[in-house]
Amino acid sequence: MTATAETLPITDLKQSATALIGRKRLLAFATPVVIAAYFVYLFFAFDIPGLVDRARMDNAAILVADSYSYKTHVTHDNRGGGLGFAIEGENKGTYPEGMLPEFVTRTGEDAVDIALKAGESATIEGSTLRYTRPDYGTVTVAVEGRDIILDTPDGTVPDWISASGARVNITGAGGRAVVTRARTEVYRYSMGWELFWFTLDSPFYGKSFGELAGLAFSGERVVADKSNLAAMVHDFWNNAMWRHKDVIWAIFETVLMAFLGTMGAALIALPLAFLAARNFTRLMSVRFAVRRFFDFVRGVDGLIWTIILSRAFGPGPMTGALAILITDSGSFGKMFSEALENVDDKQIEGVTSTGAKPLQRYRFGVIPQVTPVFLSQILYYLESNTRSATVIGAITGGGIGLLLTQAIITQKDWEEVSYYIVLVILMVIAMDWFSGWLRGKLIGRSE
Amino acid sequence: MADTTTGQSLGAERTTEIQDAYMAMTRTKRMYGGIMLIVFIALMVSGFMLADSRNAGGFWDGILNIFNFPGEVLKEAGEKITLLPALMVKFFPSLVETINIAAASTLIGGLLAIVLSLLSTRGLARFPRLIGVFRRLMDILRAIPEIVVALVLIFVLGGGPVPAMIAIALHTAGALGKLFSEINENASLKPLEGLESTGATWSQRMLLGVVPQVAPNWLSYALLRFEINIRASAILGFVGSGGIGYDLKNAFSWGQGRYDEVAAIFILLFLTIVFFDQLSSHYRNKLVGKA
Repeated sequence: MTATAETLPITDLKQSATALIGRKRLLAFATPVVIAAYFVYLFFAFDIPGLVDRARMDNAAILVADSYSYKTHVTHDNRGGGLGFAIEGENKGTYPEGMLPEFVTRTGEDAVDIALKAGESATIEGSTLRYTRPDYGTVTVAVEGRDIILDTPDGTVPDWISASGARVNITGAGGRAVVTRARTEVYRYSMGWELFWFTLDSPFYGKSFGELAGLAFSGERVVADKSNLAAMVHDFWNNAMWRHKDVIWAIFETVLMAFLGTMGAALIALPLAFLAARNFTRLMSVRFAVRRFFDFVRGVDGLIWTIILSRAFGPGPMTGALAILITDSGSFGKMFSEALENVDDKQIEGVTSTGAKPLQRYRFGVIPQVTPVFLSQILYYLESNTRSATVIGAITGGGIGLLLTQAIITQKDWEEVSYYIVLVILMVIAMDWFSGWLRGKLIGRSE
Repeated sequence: MADTTTGQSLGAERTTEIQDAYMAMTRTKRMYGGIMLIVFIALMVSGFMLADSRNAGGFWDGILNIFNFPGEVLKEAGEKITLLPALMVKFFPSLVETINIAAASTLIGGLLAIVLSLLSTRGLARFPRLIGVFRRLMDILRAIPEIVVALVLIFVLGGGPVPAMIAIALHTAGALGKLFSEINENASLKPLEGLESTGATWSQRMLLGVVPQVAPNWLSYALLRFEINIRASAILGFVGSGGIGYDLKNAFSWGQGRYDEVAAIFILLFLTIVFFDQLSSHYRNKLVGKA
């Protein structure tokens, strides 16, 4: 009798333990299976097989190549005659009259020799292009009237040349050439970001760092009525190709959006949080109303607020700041009221016992307790909002987000895209560092 | 007698000294506080004026028009209120896509974050010398805004949900990795030593020794991230990559006449965000055992 009474609970325990282990084992196997099944579902839902077809790896190659190199166009107008030299073929990068890229030698009125990379070279003589590869020989492409005549050493067309009646493309190892009836163009690739410091029309273009430093300290003025250093800064700041001025302003606007939005949200949320905290507002209905307000503002996502505001305020930093302000006042309100509900009553009692009035009780009993919590949350949001401000700028049209989307839409200024990306990352890292530094200064290091 | 009086006056002197020092300290503190307040107010006001001057529409004009657009949307939605349920059904697949993007990126990012966090926690790392490398890697992943990765990937991969998914997943890996490694630091090393004595490999030690200790906290952070990622995936859709955000952009740029669609998408988004907000906070409370 007693024996069964003792063994029963043990078998019970054993059974429940076995069941528990069984459940856990099932869970341990089921979780990966469920995840794998979900990925299989996604594989078809997201049309991954189709994606492989749609992926444009040539685009990726352009993107990568463009971000660290640039090309200089040497163009001959086959209809009106005349030669042009331009970086990336852009107006802003056109060489002024009498100035040539260093790899081009003029041999006649309408003729140039172009030294390409990998030992290749090209010659333009009127409408005739000669492209020489060291291991192959010279290809001649001539435009005569309405015909483009391609002449290769062995009479066959190699796979690095694509030719039709209207267009001949030569893709060499050190350059490219395109011949159409309208123009003959030779591209030469070079490393780096072209004209990043000074554009071609600046007297400082093409000077080494040492020469520039020498000029900065020399009394001889390159530009009249300006000191050399001021002229350099002016030419760099107003660089038409890279628009440093606009870019720095855009970065500043983005930080401004984050700052105004975060601080404004904190200022709005602070008084409301007292109304939403159980220990400060006895009225249930007020508390309920304020809390639902916070939930509503948070629930109507930042995206929707951004759209609504961009209708009322138009593009610019103010719109972005307000969008951040509205969304975050909900988040701050919720967090602040939770922090207020967790304050220690003992300090307030202590302050009350000295005969403090209600306002003094808040000032000396509550504020010192919650300030570090509030500050660290505000600073954390400030950092994260710098990132959000980039996205919001892309939607409303302001700050670096706008420049970034514009540069990407043109699909050719990838060096500018990479410049902006580098700046955005530096901006976020700087804000991260700054908010950490400020947190350390204001509330001391916690860890 | 003489001694005690000097002692008393000395004590009084000392008190006034302390009092003076305290008052001086309070004054400097107040002064610093006042200066900081003035600087802060000056920054806010000048920032406000600057932002106002660089904005296309001014603040004071805009604030009067703020209800125009929501008013138009509500009016049109009110006129076509019978169509709303049908529209919500129409946009439901896009909503599912947005949620799928968020879920997939949270999963992929979370799995990446687990690996990264284990590799960058002192005491657990497989290659202790590379801890710094993995930490910097997570910092960089966190610093790159999602939109940058998404836009570049759209250029290469074309539109659709995948660029957004990859972009959010990378950011998630960085953000969760940092939080996970903070949790890992609190894990007890004793089970690991036990496992090591049986000859377990590094992955076995992590799977059997660390994961059971930290999984609830990991999950709780991952749920919070999922909630954030739903918002992010809606926004990325608007900027050009699949999901309900893309539909919203189309309906929105169409303008008047399609505002019923805008309203339907607003409602869907609002309900989804509130739903997952509640769901994740419920499970998070359960997981971390909040009383």
